[in-house]
Amino acid sequence: MDEIDKKIINALQNGFPICDAPYRQVAVQLGLTEQELIARLKALLDNGVLTRFGPLYNAEQMGGALTLAAVKAPQQRFDEITEIINSFPEVAHNYARSHELNMWFVIATETPEQIRQTVSAIEQQTGLTVYNMPKNKEYFVNLKLEA
Amino acid sequence: MIDSRDRQLLEHIQLGLPICARPYAEIGQLCDMPEAEVIERLTRLKQQGLIKRMGVIVKHRQLGYRANAMIVWNVPDHLIKQLGGHISRFSFVTLCYQRPRQPEWPYNLYCMIHGKDKATVLKQLEQLVDACGLSGFDKEILFSKRCFKQRGAIYKNPTPALADG
Repeated sequence: MDEIDKKIINALQNGFPICDAPYRQVAVQLGLTEQELIARLKALLDNGVLTRFGPLYNAEQMGGALTLAAVKAPQQRFDEITEIINSFPEVAHNYARSHELNMWFVIATETPEQIRQTVSAIEQQTGLTVYNMPKNKEYFVNLKLEA
Repeated sequence: MIDSRDRQLLEHIQLGLPICARPYAEIGQLCDMPEAEVIERLTRLKQQGLIKRMGVIVKHRQLGYRANAMIVWNVPDHLIKQLGGHISRFSFVTLCYQRPRQPEWPYNLYCMIHGKDKATVLKQLEQLVDACGLSGFDKEILFSKRCFKQRGAIYKNPTPALADG
């Protein structure tokens, strides 16, 4: 990843135009050719620096539901619990964190009812209590990380 | 509100926009829609807020952001709005939410700081605590150790796609 790649990542975290030739428009702003931008973007996706290039939806407005959940996975069962939780397609992210509540994951479903179903299925399969912490209020979301 | 053609469109772009000179024309071909209609519909969906934004989703670890801390506080309910607003004004804070307290887990205010190293994150946290007057409240700092899974949500029907944790 060089300086030009970084410029591209920083620019595209701020948005992408909806017009007939959007890559050309972005390329002009960055002082690149359209072909160069397209080639670099493909490379950044191929080598895994970017996970996705596309829309970020508003889950609630879509009628979907999201929650943050956590379990206390006993050390000797940690890998097994990880495998069970990751096997749910409803689980979008899963992180190990340094705490007794050591596994934190996001559940995303099409309906709030499916959140409840997923939580109880995870409890059943793991035998652990799932702490379910849906957001009450969002103060801020701006996950833009300077490359 | 959104109609069935909007849904069809959202479903087709959820995994990503085509990377080619005329991406919206290519989506149009998949959805049997003229390019102009794709552009008009997506513009409206963005104005309505269903599409929060278009653009890249980064793998923060790949960019060197390896110290990702979730900080949770137990603050009095009547102060939470003010504190949440104050915390959100710091540029190094990436997310800030109010969440319900749980049995044995009394925390109600959550924020995240993504940083390149632990020491920097802890220094930023100290700055945040001082500036927002948070020192009197119980807190816990949970650094992420491993990322097991990170993806946008995928559905047959549209579809919340997620920001990275």
